[in-house]
Amino acid sequence: MSTSIDFLLWVRGPGFDIALFIFVVGVLIRLLEVLILGRKPDYSEPRGAELGAGLLTLVTRTAPEGGSFKRSPFTVVGGYIWHIGFLVSLFLFVPHIELIDSVLGIRWPGIASNLVDAISAVTIVTLVAMLFSRLSHPVKRFLSGPEDYLTWLVTFLPMLTGYLAYHRMIDPYPLVLGLHILSVELLMVLFPFTKLMHAFTFIIARWYNGAMAGRRGVQS
Amino acid sequence: MSEATLERGMNAFREQMNAPVASFFSSCVNCGMCAEACLFYTETGDPKYTPIHKLEPLRRVWEQEYTLWGRLKSMLGLSEPVTNELLEEWETLIYDGCTLCGRCSMVCPVGNDISYMIRRAREGFVAAGYAPEGIKGASRRAVTIGSPMGVKFPALAAQIKHVEADTGLTIPVDVEGADYMALLSSMEIMNFPEYLEALAKIFKQAGVTWTISSEAFEATNSGIQIGSSDIARELVNRVVVAAEKLKVKYVISPECGHAYTAIRWEGPNLIGRPYEFKVVHILELLDELRSAGRLKTEGTEDDRLTFHDPCQIVRKGGVLEPPRNLLKMIATNFVDMNDSREMNWCCGGGGGVSANERAEELRLKTFKRKKTQLDELNVDTLVTACANCRLIIEEGLEEYRMEMPVVGLTEMIAEHLVEDEK
Repeated sequence: MSTSIDFLLWVRGPGFDIALFIFVVGVLIRLLEVLILGRKPDYSEPRGAELGAGLLTLVTRTAPEGGSFKRSPFTVVGGYIWHIGFLVSLFLFVPHIELIDSVLGIRWPGIASNLVDAISAVTIVTLVAMLFSRLSHPVKRFLSGPEDYLTWLVTFLPMLTGYLAYHRMIDPYPLVLGLHILSVELLMVLFPFTKLMHAFTFIIARWYNGAMAGRRGVQS
Repeated sequence: MSEATLERGMNAFREQMNAPVASFFSSCVNCGMCAEACLFYTETGDPKYTPIHKLEPLRRVWEQEYTLWGRLKSMLGLSEPVTNELLEEWETLIYDGCTLCGRCSMVCPVGNDISYMIRRAREGFVAAGYAPEGIKGASRRAVTIGSPMGVKFPALAAQIKHVEADTGLTIPVDVEGADYMALLSSMEIMNFPEYLEALAKIFKQAGVTWTISSEAFEATNSGIQIGSSDIARELVNRVVVAAEKLKVKYVISPECGHAYTAIRWEGPNLIGRPYEFKVVHILELLDELRSAGRLKTEGTEDDRLTFHDPCQIVRKGGVLEPPRNLLKMIATNFVDMNDSREMNWCCGGGGGVSANERAEELRLKTFKRKKTQLDELNVDTLVTACANCRLIIEEGLEEYRMEMPVVGLTEMIAEHLVEDEK
């Protein structure tokens, strides 16, 4: 028992600090690496303004283009479900809000725990289905390398361990809670070095796409 | 051209690296949705044609040299470098298997502009010596002779004489101070001289003062297709010098997709300054004349017809409404394809693919996409506004034994002009 408490204390203390440091510094470096490259001035006469079109694409790309939805319905629907489920579990579960409040001093209302529980279950099932899709869809399987499976794993583990911890399915409780926190730390540590970075860089990518098309008079 | 080496290729890749490219590579999650937007994948079912996969060489340069983590991996020998073998293998993907149509860039959920990166990646390929012979030859002819098809001014002068004899109109050449300078594509000069005739008739009726330059009449730009900024700059510069010498207010880009991209969007950046004139696409100009009441037509086309949106004019060029406004003047039975405007499917011959003989079999296979679109509509006539699309579509229709006239929109308008009373 005492070892599991020691473990929990470590992951909540120094472990979390290390992970948070790597996450924050890593993400900042990655964003800086993108932004300092800049781009050359465009001397062509614009047909439309970049700013508005870029911002609009940032929003509109959230919905799939009609034909793409018909051709990749599973990727689209599955993608929506697990992204939303993951974000709800992360940001609307009351104990998580308490944690964020204790670190950053900001808080917002959460939702009922049993609702988060149900959403988590759906998310876990969807993530498993997404993995099967990656392994079986000819294009996804072809494109995928170790990083794709690793990022799947470190996204899946916090959901799974969170579910196990909530239902106290592993004894002792400090152990499973510690494993949950450790899995999140693993996600945070790997985040800046993998495609998980898209959670930040998609904002830049969508903006450039929309801005460059908007300059030519096309809403992309 | 200086000797192509891997080192030059790597330097060219590095020159293409910028914040958009880095943000795109950082954001890709390998979801595979771009494949479904690409006719090379949809018509072959081969995952190697997934658009983002075509960029693996450029992606490696980005990861290994422009990210801290990638540099560390390289130092530890954990990453695979860009080699001659890699470029050789990818050459067919990036040239034969992509028309730079940009459809993938419209669907990527994280917003990656993939065709923007393919265009840039080609700079590295050509600098390293990995480009198809067909496009290399076209580029060489464009630089040395002045046209990718080897058309010199005397050939154009002969066509001008024919058109003048047929119409009784004068085609102005090297007229200083005209408002507009018209460019042509070699294909229009050699295969579709009706275009020149249409310009002469329309401009006469609308009272447009225009000219052709004997020094720079060629609008196409093989440099853009092969991905060599040096060649592209040289070709654009000829037009700029001629237009500024003749002091025209506007240069008219013809019914040719990539010519418009070259002169309208890439040109000023290639020469590093804005032009002293404006560039208009012929359809934009016709639409302006229409709304000003200077373009008068009579009679209608009653066939069931559709419009093929050339990628570089519509999706990548922003000329969206003019073709439809113009068709409304004369067509009573116009229908749009299921995917149209900025989501239209490419004819399969853009981005230099039509100049690349090696790609012909693949190109005809991908034409099945256009065939499917046309089969769904059951139309009698196809109208388009790009000489290259037109030729490619005619070849595709022939291959699949489909009978359908393919008409250029400018000529179609010219055929319906109200004849002058005098």
